[in-house]
Amino acid sequence: MELLCLGLSHRTAPVEIRERFAIAESVLGALTAQIAAHPDLGESVVVSTCNRVEFYVASPSQARGFVAIDSILATHGMVVTGDAFFRRDTEDAVRHLFRVVSGLDSMVLGETEILGQVKKAYQTAQEAKATSRNLNKLFQRAFNVAKEVRTQTNITRGSVSVGSVAVELAERIFGKLGSCHVMILGAGEMSELTAGALQARGVKSIFVANRSHERAAALAEKMGGKAVRFEEWTREFGEVDILIGSTAAPHYVLTREQLEPVMAARRQRPLFCIDLAVPRDIDPEVNEMDGVYLYDIDSLQAIANQSMEVRRSELSTCEALIDKHVVDFTAWLRAEAARLALAPQDYAQASQNARVPGV
Amino acid sequence: MDRLALLGSTLCFLAGFALSVQALRGRVLGRSPGILWANLCGFVFQTVWLYERGQQAGRCPLTSLFDVLVFLGWSVALLYLLAGATYRLSLLGVFTSPLVFLLQCVALWMPMPLLSKPVSPVNAWLELHAAISVVAYGAFALAGVAGATLLVQERQLKTRRLHSFFYHFPPIHDLAAANRRLVYIGFTLLTLGLVSGLSRGVAHIGLLRVVSLGVWLLYGFLCVALGVGRISPQRAAWLAIWAFLVLLLTVWAVQIVSNV
Repeated sequence: MELLCLGLSHRTAPVEIRERFAIAESVLGALTAQIAAHPDLGESVVVSTCNRVEFYVASPSQARGFVAIDSILATHGMVVTGDAFFRRDTEDAVRHLFRVVSGLDSMVLGETEILGQVKKAYQTAQEAKATSRNLNKLFQRAFNVAKEVRTQTNITRGSVSVGSVAVELAERIFGKLGSCHVMILGAGEMSELTAGALQARGVKSIFVANRSHERAAALAEKMGGKAVRFEEWTREFGEVDILIGSTAAPHYVLTREQLEPVMAARRQRPLFCIDLAVPRDIDPEVNEMDGVYLYDIDSLQAIANQSMEVRRSELSTCEALIDKHVVDFTAWLRAEAARLALAPQDYAQASQNARVPGV
Repeated sequence: MDRLALLGSTLCFLAGFALSVQALRGRVLGRSPGILWANLCGFVFQTVWLYERGQQAGRCPLTSLFDVLVFLGWSVALLYLLAGATYRLSLLGVFTSPLVFLLQCVALWMPMPLLSKPVSPVNAWLELHAAISVVAYGAFALAGVAGATLLVQERQLKTRRLHSFFYHFPPIHDLAAANRRLVYIGFTLLTLGLVSGLSRGVAHIGLLRVVSLGVWLLYGFLCVALGVGRISPQRAAWLAIWAFLVLLLTVWAVQIVSNV
């Protein structure tokens, strides 16, 4: 028997092609079942995300298997041609899936969202009764491999975007962010993204101050926060734990002299300042004060880059782990084939008979 | 009585230390029950040893620096076990094993003084005073560890050079809270120890009284400063470390003077 993978991803196809092949969640189950029901195929799982569309099938023959998938997709108006699609069989298909679920094939190396997406695709296939012994074993092994890769290496370590670095630093300072108040100075795109990332971690409140009060009010409304007149932002400042500066001011908006009396009144509560503005909004001197932590755009980006470097340096360790599991799994596959000693033409029928979800 | 139980306890804490390093490297700190079990076994061995030593001495086994070090290690382990799961499973909790291991290694390196039952009746208040004071010292030791951890975390955040262990450290806020609480706990115990000591018969030990009062005043100042919010967590951390070093020095000095 062969395990096959046909697909395209952000590595092989631009978004204009990927969007043409994206499969809506509402039809995913039916399509998965249709593929599995083909006489030359036995089982199937279809993974469709914004970065990839991949068809995993079990088939007695590699050539007939790929032809069968092509023909089914053609009936849905998806003509598989050109370099955008890759085709992998047994060992390569297994390795590919293990790499995908471990985040090694993701646009952001080591991201973990893909694992949830593949789990969901597998669940959909199970519900459509499209999986059996081979794919059940393959996907369950893949989820174990992903867990092992995540826990035994640093592939997911650190944050790799400015927003997520800011959130991680805030959590290293305050712990849980549920009691933190955030203030945005300057309603720019970056400050909105960063505040959004903090909001997703449950910060208590968000104040927005901007030279144009209308923009401040609009952003505050969008984020469920409170707009503050720019001339009055220092009044609310005593409550603030995280300050995001992103104004277009040509000079420092916050200096050490301004901050010293505020910090004295805060009873030593720490203050995290995120300066996303260029020219900078916050005097670098404030970082010398006890309990004040200042990060500008370059230092946030440097941490993101550093994390990405760490992740890249872990690649060979991850690949070695995955190789070990690929060897184990293909050995199991061969042993199974020998045990069943089935002729290729019997395979599909046997697979249909053995289709028991969750095996 | 020999050092067997003490040696067993030290080996358990060494195992806890090794497991902690392994958990840190594998990034499974919060999921390593082995550390808790190793420290629990170490604590049981410590307790057995201290009990036997107490039986032999006919009093609380705190008659020499050797005994004080072991008792201090026992206090640290006790606080580790009594503290919440968050503390035990965090990096801060991980420091318990090496700290106790170090204290007991120093003790094992020293000659073990022979004990004999006291001729005159034991002053229970004096024994209580000594025991509570050493448990307070355990809290101060852990406050020092929390302080040191906070300062390392602070340094990384300020310099923006984040080492891999940065991600395992508890947040600054939690470290500051741990430091504060341990200082409060230690100070409360120390006060109880002083009161029990002063109430019966300890007043005549001049040097010890002066030293105890000095330590009490030092931590009292730290407690007040923390309570009124007039000291930053960073300065409180430095004070907790220095105060504990002063405390260790005074214990050592008192032992030397007592032996002269």
